[in-house]
Amino acid sequence: MIERDVTVTNRAGIHARPAALIVQTAGKYQSQIMFTKDGEEINAKSIMGIITLGAAYQSVITIRAEGSDEQDAVDALATLFDKRFEEE
Amino acid sequence: MIKSFTVLDLLDLDLKEHDALDLHCIGGRPGLTREIRVPDINRPGLALNGFFDNFGEDRIQVFGRGETAYLQELEEAGRTEVFAEYFQHQMPCVLFTHGLDPTPAFFAQAEESHTPVLKTDLPSSELSSRLMRALSNVFAAVETIHGVLVEVFGIGVLILGDSGVGKSETALELVERGHRLVADDAVEIRCIAGNILLGQGANRALGHHMEIRGLGIINITHLFGVGAIRENKQIQLVVCLEYWDSNKEYDRIGAEERTRDILGVKVPILEIPVKPGRNIPIIIETAARNERLKKMGYYSAREFNQSVLKWLESENARSRYVQNSHEEHHD
Repeated sequence: MIERDVTVTNRAGIHARPAALIVQTAGKYQSQIMFTKDGEEINAKSIMGIITLGAAYQSVITIRAEGSDEQDAVDALATLFDKRFEEE
Repeated sequence: MIKSFTVLDLLDLDLKEHDALDLHCIGGRPGLTREIRVPDINRPGLALNGFFDNFGEDRIQVFGRGETAYLQELEEAGRTEVFAEYFQHQMPCVLFTHGLDPTPAFFAQAEESHTPVLKTDLPSSELSSRLMRALSNVFAAVETIHGVLVEVFGIGVLILGDSGVGKSETALELVERGHRLVADDAVEIRCIAGNILLGQGANRALGHHMEIRGLGIINITHLFGVGAIRENKQIQLVVCLEYWDSNKEYDRIGAEERTRDILGVKVPILEIPVKPGRNIPIIIETAARNERLKKMGYYSAREFNQSVLKWLESENARSRYVQNSHEEHHD
């Protein structure tokens, strides 16, 4: 199991478009991937789950992956956050 | 567009109610095979006066009350020479409105030159608008597409997809749920008025039949009644069914509208992946409802994202406020 903390750095926060990107990326991996924010844990492959996290600008999310491709999954998701979901 | 459209084809057009032209041929029958090449009409006032510059000879010649009264006057005054010159032109036909009859000399010339003489009880203005409508349909761009056209909650939905993906079965379930079948398998699409796509069965003689694997050919009108079918319908939404491809990204939000170009008209398109357990008819019903909402100006996906953005913004403000007051405490 791997865990990594990431910060939301795009101004708008995780709205529908970034959420769709996350779900699409997560969906490519076999591992079980969970996001945790303020003690609330959701499945990273559920679009409504991600949106209801209410991850605004500067919030910190813990990505946790467990499975055969856990390292790749966490890396790919962390890259999305680093790139600010191609937004401002 | 069809290859050639003759006067006989015009008489054969099966138009109903407010589209009916109510035409019959009263003379010049050998000329019924004359082709109509231009979807337009001509009022021959100037030509009857001997002025043939820019004469619209390739158009249907419409004689209303004025023209007919003028013909009468010409005949009474014995000035019928112009008729010979008039009928030298290869016009598709001459058409009398208001149930008027051509004058004898004029009619004789028409017969002699094998120019069809048509008659209708409609007034000129009504005839012109109906004729223009009928002709623009005939001359409209046409494309035949392999798919099924159904009317769902008043929205014309064209279902596309590879053979065997379940288009007909989906349509059958929709008919069972009270929607209407317009055409199965081959849908003939016409572009009307530049921006309306009207779909109907490519072969009217076949009527509303469907092929369902395992059942064979079934007659929808007989099985489900006349309420389950429709002659034609504007195509307002295209649904493309495809086998579920786990490597393909499907639209998860629906905020961006994708369109497909048919005869130069853009129609919203949805790609719906098919796999066991997904009830496609219900998805299409929902898509049709959603399309109606969009037509009323409400875009579910966009409105949802707007409220998410607003909510995130307020969360953001709240957390900053909490943070600031925290720091002030410490200072």
